[in-house]
Amino acid sequence: MTPYVILSAILFTIGSVGVLTRRNAIVVFMCVELMLNASNLALVAFSKQSGDLDGQVLAFFVMVVAAAEVVVGLAIIMTIFRTRRSASVDDASLLKY
Amino acid sequence: MSTFWILAPVMVLAALGILFVRKAVHAALLLAVVMIGLAILYLSLNAPFLAAVQVAVYMGAILMLFLFVLMLVGVDASDSVVETIKGQRFMAILAGLLLGIVLVVGLAQISLGPVVGLDVANANGNIPALADLLFSKYVFAFEVTSALLITAAVGAMVLAHRERLEPKATQADLAAQRMQDYAASGKHPGPLPTPGVFARHNAVDTPALLPDGTASESSVSRVLAARGTVRSAPAMADDVAAIERQLGQAPHAGRDASAPATTEEEAPAT
Repeated sequence: MTPYVILSAILFTIGSVGVLTRRNAIVVFMCVELMLNASNLALVAFSKQSGDLDGQVLAFFVMVVAAAEVVVGLAIIMTIFRTRRSASVDDASLLKY
Repeated sequence: MSTFWILAPVMVLAALGILFVRKAVHAALLLAVVMIGLAILYLSLNAPFLAAVQVAVYMGAILMLFLFVLMLVGVDASDSVVETIKGQRFMAILAGLLLGIVLVVGLAQISLGPVVGLDVANANGNIPALADLLFSKYVFAFEVTSALLITAAVGAMVLAHRERLEPKATQADLAAQRMQDYAASGKHPGPLPTPGVFARHNAVDTPALLPDGTASESSVSRVLAARGTVRSAPAMADDVAAIERQLGQAPHAGRDASAPATTEEEAPAT
């Protein structure tokens, strides 16, 4: 199962770098989804490793939370885009100072 | 294991592509590649239910939502390369590399022991076994999930809802506004000119030609002009030259030799 977990770690790392470097809020969101998916892969792999289905149930809950998170997050992005005409995360800096 | 070794490089390459592509639509498609790969890996890990949920929820719902929002926001909205925080990109890549090296080296050093496998747990099928767990041990978490989902649905509706502050403009209002604009700034009150209709091109990206031979900018959609796919008047003139070259000397020569009178007749028509 080690290769699966290492693939999961690589995907998680790529997702986190994407969150830190990309500017477009939607792409940042896609990278968050990539990180969630990577953690799901690790959960399913460990589920097979240890021989019980708790990991799969947890991965199922992660998917449910990801779906709810995407719905609210994209609605927030749409609201920000409507007022600021931009989906860049750098433009939403009114609370900075 | 061969499934894994075929899929893993594809998935890593697609995930890296998300970091480097400029357009958000391409990132969404690459994310779809990663998610299909994950669904197949779930199948190989004895998790057929999760594979189906991955395809239905992630591919069917979440990625569709991403694409809908991309269309609302504008497909052309690509990232700016300008750094707002100095050195942020370099530091982020450095931190990501460190995280990746720590994770991969750490995970490669531990030994997980023999794989137990899910043959015993999945003896009555994967879905009944999952249902047993979900509705006994995790029933409270399952019920809380319903609260989460309804909160998310209500939240999204509240965020997306927009109250109309003024009454909708009727056709009479619009007509009056058009005439006012004409009186104030001389803006043409009628409809915009149609795109050009020519022998070789009558698509919407072909501008109509004004009497002096220049292209009429208002005859093509602004979106096409912004994308830079509008054919210019010189390009259409080049087409004429290209057609003449394609026809070559042979037809002219033949026509001239056989029936010079007909070319005389056709000349005013062309």
